[in-house]
Amino acid sequence: MLPVSDLTVNPLLLSAYTVTTSLGRGLEATREALRNGRSGLVPCAFETVQLATWIGEVAAVDDEKLPAALADYDCRNNRLTQMGLETDGFADRVREAIARYGKTRVGIFLGTSTAGILQTELAYRRRDPETGALPDDFHYRTTHNSFSLAEFTREYFGLEGMAMAISTACSSSAKVFAAAARQLELGTIDAAIVGGVDTLCLTTLYGFASLQLTSAQPCRPYDAARNGISVGEGAAFALLERCDQPAAGSVLLLGTGESSDAYHMSSPHPEGLGAKMAMEAALRSAGLTTNDIDYINLHGTSTPANDAAEGKAVSTLFGNTVPCSSTKGATGHTLGAAGAVEAIICALALTDGFLPGSPGTEHLDPAIPVDYLLQSRTGQPHRALTNSFGFGGSNCSLILGVAK
Amino acid sequence: MSAKPLTAWIEGIGFLAPGLPDWPTARAVLRGETALTEAPSILPAPSILPPAERRRASRVVKLTLALGLEAAAHAGADVATLATVFSASGADGHNCHALCEQLATDDRQISPTRFHNSVHNAAAGYWGIATGAMAPCQVLCAYDGSFGAGLIDALGQVVLDRQPTLLIAYDSEYPEPLFAKRPVPDVAGVALLLTPERSQRSLASITVTPSTEPADALADTGLEALRVAIPALRVLPLLQKLARQEAGNVYLDYLPPMQLKIEIGSC
Repeated sequence: MLPVSDLTVNPLLLSAYTVTTSLGRGLEATREALRNGRSGLVPCAFETVQLATWIGEVAAVDDEKLPAALADYDCRNNRLTQMGLETDGFADRVREAIARYGKTRVGIFLGTSTAGILQTELAYRRRDPETGALPDDFHYRTTHNSFSLAEFTREYFGLEGMAMAISTACSSSAKVFAAAARQLELGTIDAAIVGGVDTLCLTTLYGFASLQLTSAQPCRPYDAARNGISVGEGAAFALLERCDQPAAGSVLLLGTGESSDAYHMSSPHPEGLGAKMAMEAALRSAGLTTNDIDYINLHGTSTPANDAAEGKAVSTLFGNTVPCSSTKGATGHTLGAAGAVEAIICALALTDGFLPGSPGTEHLDPAIPVDYLLQSRTGQPHRALTNSFGFGGSNCSLILGVAK
Repeated sequence: MSAKPLTAWIEGIGFLAPGLPDWPTARAVLRGETALTEAPSILPAPSILPPAERRRASRVVKLTLALGLEAAAHAGADVATLATVFSASGADGHNCHALCEQLATDDRQISPTRFHNSVHNAAAGYWGIATGAMAPCQVLCAYDGSFGAGLIDALGQVVLDRQPTLLIAYDSEYPEPLFAKRPVPDVAGVALLLTPERSQRSLASITVTPSTEPADALADTGLEALRVAIPALRVLPLLQKLARQEAGNVYLDYLPPMQLKIEIGSC
């Protein structure tokens, strides 16, 4: 028997949330793009990168100015962190929660895969020619380190309670919801800032290219001719709180499920076994069955292996009756931010009453028998499941719902 | 709402640090029975891996396998069934340096293996492949507070999921020039097998609450130097009590001003 939780968790309220990707800054730009099937992908012209690939770049990230007291945190990843926090009034809602609960009772759980490693990549071009030393203005702790975005957020709000970064590659900011839910359930905190931020850097662009996992065209999730990802960047945040009687229409986290492939560092289990286990665990923790799910936001990276394995897992569990799509053709693969970005996309689908389509995908892979949405359409999903899978075989599924 | 206590039983310990190759050696030093010898950390060849993989395994992979397998063996637990929490202040420093160095040249065609080994959860990924464990696997970072973050999340899983969870907190060194910016001197870490129920193998119970007390220091200057130099070794005051089979409270560093108070109940 596998040791996965069989305990149903209490729903948690997403009392505020926001998302910023190449589709635009904030919920309104995101919903407009998703409803209209617009993609944010463009040919790669990032920094000095010379690769034939497409990317999802957030506009004006480097115009963001950090507070003078937090100058050591300055890097593209923390600029996007601040930009995300200061969108849709999210930071104000956090400050209200701190006023309500106290600065030791609001926890921070943020996901990232590469944090501010771009800062280190740039610093390596400026090493002392004599000694090889990195420049004095390079600050490892506050930029490169995986915790930097969580520490920046803690300092930004003057918080004094628990904080952690979760870094499990592309499942990172899905798993933050599970970690925060545990502490909220235990009562060690009263609210949690959860989310994910990842920004473009040379490591991931050249790295995915080295694995032959980037496409020379905009990515085409679940397309028969899909041939790789489009790397993106993004910031997405939610404020999670316990709530006995949520107002009608509010968005709830209903369940979380985590598993490991135990198979390969950079390829998914070919039968999608770990993915299936994560979805089953999420259903169990929500106390739901497959019939209760109205929409699935797929991990859908657009690599041949990911979509085939995930498709097998989804069709085994859900058959071909639940509408599903990957939104990475719109946003690109925002890596460690993808879990939170796609959780917020599910929140938009639940509150606005639509099912997002899949820009870029034209000819569905006939070998994957799922109800895949090419075009966005209106509909009223009540519960949505979202998948995130990462290198090292790290899987996480979340279930969100809308309160009646 | 009233909080459910973050509490668990410790059934197994794994340990590795400079001059302290395993838990029995560390326990004797922490008890004051033998002196700490100054020596680099010794990484055992990971017997769980096939020979080819064993040779290729990086220092962090060898470190985490050594720590986790020692704790599981101590507890008599089957590693294939265990949920895990990995917590580290950084990833594979040597691999990171090699990537940054190459990306600063005109030839940016980095090795695909180096790329997939660059993720913070690389050691956790190899642990899964080596042990076959498909249970949830968490991978955290909280800079110098990484041990505390790992303990908080691992206890959360033990209390809510009612399942044994293996916490592996570890760190490794960067080569220059990053070493000058982040001077972690060597590989080191601790593994604790945490269980929700007391058993015949239980060594002690621990209950964690937030505190603002300063962390306990160690009287032995060599051990105290290790506690301060390597984030995962902020655990040492707890391990000293466990080594001496003493009940009572210890205070550990987490994220100032939040520290952790640990109440130890002996068996």
